[in-house]
Amino acid sequence: MESKTFALACPAPLPEEETVQLAHGGGGRMMHQLIERLFLEAFHHDALGGRHDGAVLDLDGGRLAFTTDSYVVRPIFFPGGDIGTLAVNGTVNDLAMCGARPLYLSAGFILEEGLPMESLRRVVASMRQAAEAAGVRLVTGDTKVVDKGKGDQVFINTAGIGRIDSGVEIHPRRVRPGDRVLVSGDIARHGMAVMAVREGLGFESAIESDCAPLARPVLALLDSGIDVHCLRDLTRGGLASALVEIAESSGLGIAVEESAIPVRHDVRAACELLGFDPIYVASEGRFVAFVPPSQVDKALAAITEHSGGAEARVIGEVTAEPPAVVTMASLIGGKRVVDMLSGEQLPRIC
Amino acid sequence: MRFMDEYRDAGAARRYAEAIARAVTRPWTIMEVCGGQTHAIVRFGLDRLLPPDVTLVHGPGCPVCVTPVEYIDKAIEIASLPQVVFCSFGDMLRVPGTSGSLLSAKAAGADVRIVYSPLDALALARANPAKEVVFFAVGFETTAPANAMAAYRAKREGLQNFSMLVSHVLVPPALEAILTGPENGIQGILAAGHVCTIMGFEEYEPIARRHSVPIVVTGFEPLDILQGVYMCVRQLESGQAEVENQYSRSVRREGNRPAQEIIGEVFRVIRRRWRGIGEIPQSGLGLSEAYAGFDAERRFGAVAPADEASSECMSGLVLKGLKKPSDCPHFGRRCTPEHPLGATMVSSEGACAAYYRYRKAETAPSGEPMRSNCKNEV
Repeated sequence: MESKTFALACPAPLPEEETVQLAHGGGGRMMHQLIERLFLEAFHHDALGGRHDGAVLDLDGGRLAFTTDSYVVRPIFFPGGDIGTLAVNGTVNDLAMCGARPLYLSAGFILEEGLPMESLRRVVASMRQAAEAAGVRLVTGDTKVVDKGKGDQVFINTAGIGRIDSGVEIHPRRVRPGDRVLVSGDIARHGMAVMAVREGLGFESAIESDCAPLARPVLALLDSGIDVHCLRDLTRGGLASALVEIAESSGLGIAVEESAIPVRHDVRAACELLGFDPIYVASEGRFVAFVPPSQVDKALAAITEHSGGAEARVIGEVTAEPPAVVTMASLIGGKRVVDMLSGEQLPRIC
Repeated sequence: MRFMDEYRDAGAARRYAEAIARAVTRPWTIMEVCGGQTHAIVRFGLDRLLPPDVTLVHGPGCPVCVTPVEYIDKAIEIASLPQVVFCSFGDMLRVPGTSGSLLSAKAAGADVRIVYSPLDALALARANPAKEVVFFAVGFETTAPANAMAAYRAKREGLQNFSMLVSHVLVPPALEAILTGPENGIQGILAAGHVCTIMGFEEYEPIARRHSVPIVVTGFEPLDILQGVYMCVRQLESGQAEVENQYSRSVRREGNRPAQEIIGEVFRVIRRRWRGIGEIPQSGLGLSEAYAGFDAERRFGAVAPADEASSECMSGLVLKGLKKPSDCPHFGRRCTPEHPLGATMVSSEGACAAYYRYRKAETAPSGEPMRSNCKNEV
């Protein structure tokens, strides 16, 4: 059938990873599998059962949201922010995604020997500014210094607590068929901003990060009486991962329109150039909200008014079928499945 | 966005699909050569706009997919040497070798860098004179001029610590091999617009004549592809077999002469093995004698041809357009992007990866749904 010079053959399979890979922290499938199979397995607990952007804890009748996040970014300064802004906003945003009013933060610094003191001062000043803007107080902290070469300038961990008002119930299990999916502004800016600086890509215009605190727009939603069913901020893994997570944990379908997803012109061009799909690129100041159809206009207005310039839009809706799957109507009208990436997006060859 | 939105217009796409449906009177099988086209077809659902009589099959034009396993192994071996900085385009990093990938070598301590241009690798070589900087030069004719330019400059600058592991391949010999294959059922071809931007399309004219297949040089946006299909179908229906140029905003018949000249200066045509397909004579590029000093195989030992033991993976059939990814019993079950059985599941341009990413829920039983709704918090 086949001549010898044209034989069919194929390569050996890739074995299970024996070492931690970068993709284990990339926000895609591999990271989720690591969390599922290692961490959740080891730390099984009731408070962990309602998994979320943070834990929701009952304390003497009141409810607290508790969350933590570590920040490693290269370069530590990028257009639109720095590691300090990220460290405060990221944790504030995780609290906001639980429907909580952010109250207090802790900060742990791991500093690399030789880091210019001026850099550290700038980072700390950014943190103070971001905390003031978000209305949280930084109340405890820790500092460690590691040998030169054993860290990457500065790593920051922040943990935060916030209070959840009674009646607020934000969780994927509350998502219902018919809910509209809102995104709070244009996506994928943070990821491309950092990438452009890190990789020295000389784009004509500087893309600045969208890093911003989300507590205000979220509280505006809640305070205006909107029955918000679920919230998720768009970080690593981007819009796609956030939607897939919610579809899978609610067991419902989510249908989105590609043409409705706001992506800024220069960000889209940069993504095209590198072969990236913007729905997988990180934002640091954007979220999706699931709200009942009757409250869509009010919700859009509340988010837009408090988002500092970003414009909220409806990008899709929740469906009963197909269960646990995100589908997207392409610009051309064809339909496709949206899945998480297995690892990180890698720039293509040509 | 200009130069993009106008090629993704839903109304125009529908009109093209209708025109194709009107033109078709019997079944036709058309192969799109390039993985970028495959990706666009599956991503935008273009094949589903076409009448049932038009079948698109996916071709071998995925550079990551066809790079032989022994070159991946050699890349990992070189990258793992302590004095080496190994540079590669991003999507080569995940491709499985015999054991492991460049990504797992990186995790084990190898200095593997993603570069966006071979000239970035050259800059690394200048900045790190005590290191050996090795660039993994893969791809079709599209990437060949820039890779040639890196060697050309390295020679002019007298850079001693730069070399390239070369596994370049050429489209026309692969098309010949596919069209002369005993099971070939391909009646028309959409050639790869970017490859032809460099090489022009004169070399496709004898192929079209010899095999009586129309060849349409086609771009990568949805409307490009639909127009390419339309032009191909029109030829098929009228019994023509010529080379036509759909992608005229980028491609000229003679191609880009300066690019061809630098390729001719630095490389020579050699036989190459294609992963999953086998050896094809005169189907690749290696460094010419004048540039042999930059050949990583001379510095770090020649790549030994590996015996690609046949396995359960049928990516060879997929790359030759004989099977669709969803025809494979392992697709989406034992073979996923996390645990690929073959390279077509790895690369962003691989047909299996495109089907998995955009059609998984329809083409394979979904795995156990993940219960997690957490981000990274535990």
